Amino acid sequence: MPLIEAELARRVLERALQRGGDFAEVFCEERSGLGLAIDESRVERVQRGSERGAGVRVVRGETSYFAHVDGLGEADLERAAGTVAAAAAGDRAQVQALEAAESRPLQEIAVAPSGVPAERKAELLRACDDTARAAGGEVAQVQASYAEGTRRVTVANSEGRFAVDERTRVRLGVQVVARRNGAVETGFETLGGHRGFELVADGAAESTAERAAGIALTLLGADPAPAGAMPVVVGGGFGGVLFHEMTGHGLEADHIQKGASVYTGKLGEQVAASHLEAFDDGRLPGEWGTDGIDDEGTPTQRTAVIHEGRVTSYLYDLVRARKDGVASTGNGRRESFRHLPIPRMTNTYIAPGEGSPEELISDVKRGFYAVSFAGGQVDPTTGDFVFGVSEGYLIEGGKVTKPCRGATLIGNCLDALGRIDAVASDFEMKTGFCGKGGQRVPVGTGQGHVRIGELTVGGTAV
Amino acid sequence: MSDELARIAQRAVESALAAGAGDAEAYVQDSVGREIRVFDGQVESLTEAGERGVGVRCWIDHRAGYAYGTELGEEGLAGIGRDAVDTARIADADEFAAAPSADGAAAPEIPGLHDPSLAGWTTERKIELAKVIERAAREADERVVGVETAVYVDEEQRVAIASSTGLAGAFEATSAYAYTQAIAEDGGDKQTGLGFGMGRSPEGLDPEEVGREAAERAATLLGARKPSSRTCPVVLDPTVAASFVGFIGGTLCADAVQRGRSPFAGRLGEVVASPALTVTDHATDPAGLNSSPFDAEGTPRGQTPLIQAGELVAYLHDSYTARRQQAQGAAGARTTANASRAGYRSPPSVSTSNLIVATGAKGFEELLAEAGDGVYVTDVAGLHSGVNPVSGTFSVGATGRLIEGGRLAAPADEFTIASDLQSMLTSITAAASEARWVPFGGSISTPALLLGEMAVAGS
Repeated sequence: MPLIEAELARRVLERALQRGGDFAEVFCEERSGLGLAIDESRVERVQRGSERGAGVRVVRGETSYFAHVDGLGEADLERAAGTVAAAAAGDRAQVQALEAAESRPLQEIAVAPSGVPAERKAELLRACDDTARAAGGEVAQVQASYAEGTRRVTVANSEGRFAVDERTRVRLGVQVVARRNGAVETGFETLGGHRGFELVADGAAESTAERAAGIALTLLGADPAPAGAMPVVVGGGFGGVLFHEMTGHGLEADHIQKGASVYTGKLGEQVAASHLEAFDDGRLPGEWGTDGIDDEGTPTQRTAVIHEGRVTSYLYDLVRARKDGVASTGNGRRESFRHLPIPRMTNTYIAPGEGSPEELISDVKRGFYAVSFAGGQVDPTTGDFVFGVSEGYLIEGGKVTKPCRGATLIGNCLDALGRIDAVASDFEMKTGFCGKGGQRVPVGTGQGHVRIGELTVGGTAV
Repeated sequence: MSDELARIAQRAVESALAAGAGDAEAYVQDSVGREIRVFDGQVESLTEAGERGVGVRCWIDHRAGYAYGTELGEEGLAGIGRDAVDTARIADADEFAAAPSADGAAAPEIPGLHDPSLAGWTTERKIELAKVIERAAREADERVVGVETAVYVDEEQRVAIASSTGLAGAFEATSAYAYTQAIAEDGGDKQTGLGFGMGRSPEGLDPEEVGREAAERAATLLGARKPSSRTCPVVLDPTVAASFVGFIGGTLCADAVQRGRSPFAGRLGEVVASPALTVTDHATDPAGLNSSPFDAEGTPRGQTPLIQAGELVAYLHDSYTARRQQAQGAAGARTTANASRAGYRSPPSVSTSNLIVATGAKGFEELLAEAGDGVYVTDVAGLHSGVNPVSGTFSVGATGRLIEGGRLAAPADEFTIASDLQSMLTSITAAASEARWVPFGGSISTPALLLGEMAVAGS
């Protein structure tokens, strides 16, 4: 069911284009969610929220005019459209007849989270707390959080697009702190998806807590990380954050068009070894970054961004696609009705290669094994990046030996991408939140084990 | 307008009480804002933002709950009240969870918090301001080849709060800021630099200076190389010093301390830093963008010295952490009015307001001379993923310049600086004599800082 009638949508678009513009769009959203946490073995920070609102956009030439309002009443929408119309002026586009709003669900939600009693979610967190604490006497703190949310969106634009989508997401995060003598280490694990409550049921939540505790306990024996250039093996799943940051962002068309990306002008060029295949796929069933349509109403798709080591596509929203004379790749996303859509990744991953992770490691005499990251930052213009390693190990004589603490990976995107010399056949997707231009959207990151021939590890052991 | 918000807050409190809450508090926020992005002499986007909502916190027998919403009519508020009560019933009881009580103190007046001159600026003038920034960046240095958007943002915000325990208040505030990122290129090397400015209205912004700073930061780094790995004196420029000080401020929040997540837990009254360091949380400084007459739970604000000449003298509290501290034997513990929230969508939690690092006697040049041979750091990346908040150890990516013979020398990038917060604080040997406001990771006024020794990892 659309959040607004087609007839009202058409009137709002007409009003927005009253004083001119090439394109108009109204984005309506209704969202509700529940979040709770356990800390010090006590369930707390329980919160519910609900919001309804709309954003109206007019594009004229290279300029976007945008206004957003809380509320979905006719008066609210008219007000937003009027504000935008007052700013935009010039030649005027005709509003095309709206298509029939069609839902494109990609995932059956087996158990709607809103239908599960909240007390059951509190129980889930208590089970996580118990499981993590039972993992070892050195577990000192356990924090776990559960969040569920449903977003219903309706998009209508002057080119006739009229589309609806309903997105239900569930996410669990567990953080465990372990202490031994003076050492304090943290383990973190998440489980999330464009899924219902079934994702975290049947022991899945407890396994997540167990893994978080396992990481913290393992790291207790860690030595300071080495410093210097060496081969680096990046783990599967969350290791994909590295690719997300060092390549994904650089392929977003807004950076490309401004010349603010090291991948500008690299379309069709060889940037990686010929065995490297990578995708952005907004349609992977049940994944965290999956949606039926993007936030401009374009159906999501699977886009090959690197094929045989060559750049094969950038990631587009409508505005940037129009500028390059191509079709949107369904990557126009926004945090909420309060934000303008911009090119964003959905689920981004390096496709699995050949061989096992062990084989990949066995060729390394002395190197670093980065299993998971606490976060990272990249300057798309220069390509310089930095990643904080949350779980890392030393590789000696082809084997993973000691855990290391305090490591940072530092380098340059094109250089590091070009040095990927092996991708293993294992594969896993993980959940994350990606920030850009002040907007936070859910993204999936994934890969199998990946080896980078040489990268600088910034450790504390100088 | 404020009367209307106060009425909404009052009705929200009543709806939570009617739904079964023992106590309730409501925070209503109404803001209008504008964001202008300019690229290549053209407006890239112009956003008019209107936002209005309420957050309701309630307590039932020491169980706390929270709900928020944007439907502010009778029916909407009744639903939010019911949601808040539902959430409280799921929470576990916490003996310290209770409504904050009013102690009768009046909230201070903060001169200039609401600058009426903002209303006098037309959209066209604001667009011109953003264009001036872009032009200034391009014209400041011929090696600047591009500007990745010049951004201007302003906001006018109204807040009202009410509670069943008699706390009530309202205020209005304005803010404006601008920033840009310049791209410089020379001989195949590319570097970026950020310029920014902030104030209570566009009157307080200097667009030429914002553009010039971005250009200078980018152009200065051209030709940067990895410095050699070593342990040496390090000078942090105010933007970098602010990032670290903001991080340290977080570890001095009582919430982190009480839950065993601060390397400074149990160290009140101890010397934790060199005598050169004095840090104060100042919630009513008119120049601080996080200033307000009362905090997010209605307590009148003031200032709290945190580190005085190296001694840790206080943690930051809200009413919950103060109550908890009292129960642990600190009878005199009181809220420092540091309950903060990102907006009506998030419940209050303890946070810094504006942090002020005291300036020292030496000028910046003297700081460099004292460093002798070392590294001047002008930007760090990955601070929030690179610092372990529990143990305080960190390793972050950095860019800047070498210091040779007491003067700035060649640019340096792709290196890391590593230490732990405690060692870093004790190794501060001097603070420069001029401070600057930095709006990243909080609202912080700090001078450049000289550290006697830090591990630098490069080539």
